[in-house]
Amino acid sequence: MKREKLRVEPIKDGTVIDHIMSGQALNVLKVLKIKSPSEETVSMAMNVSSREMGKKDIVKVEDRRLGKGELNKIALIATNATINIIEEYAVVEKYRVSVPKFIDGIIRCKNQNCITNRDEDVATRFKVESKDPLSLRCVYCGSRTSSVEFL
Amino acid sequence: MVAIRGTLKGRDVISINDFSREEIDHILKVSDCIEKDLDSKFGLLSGKILSILFFEPSTRTRMSFESAMYKLGGRCINMGPTELTSVKKGETFSDTIKVISKYADVMVLRHPSDGAARYASEISDVPIINGGDGTGQHPTQTLLDLYTIKKESKLEGANIGILGDLKYGRTVHSLVYALSMYGIDMTFISPPNLSLPEEIKEDLDDKKISYEECERIEDVIGDLDVLYVTRIQRERFPDIMEYKKVSGSYKITKDMLEEGGKENLIILHPLPRIGEIDPDVDDTKYARYFLQTKYGVVVRMAILGLMLGGFE
Ligand SMILES: [Zn+2]
Repeated sequence: MKREKLRVEPIKDGTVIDHIMSGQALNVLKVLKIKSPSEETVSMAMNVSSREMGKKDIVKVEDRRLGKGELNKIALIATNATINIIEEYAVVEKYRVSVPKFIDGIIRCKNQNCITNRDEDVATRFKVESKDPLSLRCVYCGSRTSSVEFL
Repeated sequence: MVAIRGTLKGRDVISINDFSREEIDHILKVSDCIEKDLDSKFGLLSGKILSILFFEPSTRTRMSFESAMYKLGGRCINMGPTELTSVKKGETFSDTIKVISKYADVMVLRHPSDGAARYASEISDVPIINGGDGTGQHPTQTLLDLYTIKKESKLEGANIGILGDLKYGRTVHSLVYALSMYGIDMTFISPPNLSLPEEIKEDLDDKKISYEECERIEDVIGDLDVLYVTRIQRERFPDIMEYKKVSGSYKITKDMLEEGGKENLIILHPLPRIGEIDPDVDDTKYARYFLQTKYGVVVRMAILGLMLGGFE
């Protein structure tokens, strides 16, 4: 664990997202809406050896503390990711992301006739019926989805 | 009146799936009590107001609700087509719901988008009845369908066939879910392009409900206790000739029923029909679709009465 952290340079302040399923690092950036050119300094390590996971990805975002909403989004594509909040080079908070019971406002309903697609005032809301395999149900129109499409 | 107290009072009626089988049974039981002694119910909802908010026209559903409310001594206020236009021009849907919910004790909403009624129920001060939203749910129609099946045939152990547009038909989806609560075996009869959505079939599989799918009504008519017929709409077919061919092969006729149907088979239809059932069926012992319409008022009386505390 300690040795793995050295793979990417330590950061002073920000968020380290560790234990991302190998191959999902770029999707994590997409979910966090980090695009190039970006405001933040972002570093990434892909296909890093991991004792628990075999291979994993790591994303480090400097000077940005991840909020709860953003965290939920990551859980949908990287179930086992851990979040480390860093202040002055020290881990001040550490937690594993988990798929919440409800997901508000970040996923699109695949039903084109759903009120959430027809009326821009209506934010989406999904009930998580199963975490593994992922199965979501729109609380409004009732459509079920297993593939996540972000808004 | 009967056992379970206050189950529906103040509650929304959005989807049939929000109700347990016991709750549905209770609504059907109350409907039966009302039907037996219709005149004594006048005045139960005196002073109560139902607001009717239809974002797409449905004269029958509207009139059925109005009739139910008036029979209980309540009154209705209606958003007319002119107001609808002004809603379209400016005010948001959520503002409209907030405002109109201040005028009434209960609201019935019809809307072209799926899930609109659920959303409205989140922002309304008064309970909402879903009068049909998009291709989604139409729970009062389902309850009146169940009531008709219970009264005119049987719910337990019946073999129920559902025919027509099973893909887009909103009454069909609600009904399938409701029948699945009663463990009823179903037969789905439709052209291949209008078969029941996979998602609903998966839900039936999860509940271990057995069902059969077929294309020709002639193949199964002899096994059915109830045949629920729905419209096959012209819009679903790119080619008019194809539509005519398909709709022709699903037409229910007197000869078909007399030759192949069980003695006590009954035919239901949510109406209006456009030729799916030949008018010569109307006077046969099989036809129950006009009676179904009459039961609709009774069932809506039960729902309104229970929601507003006129009945228990
Ligand atoms: Zn939806």
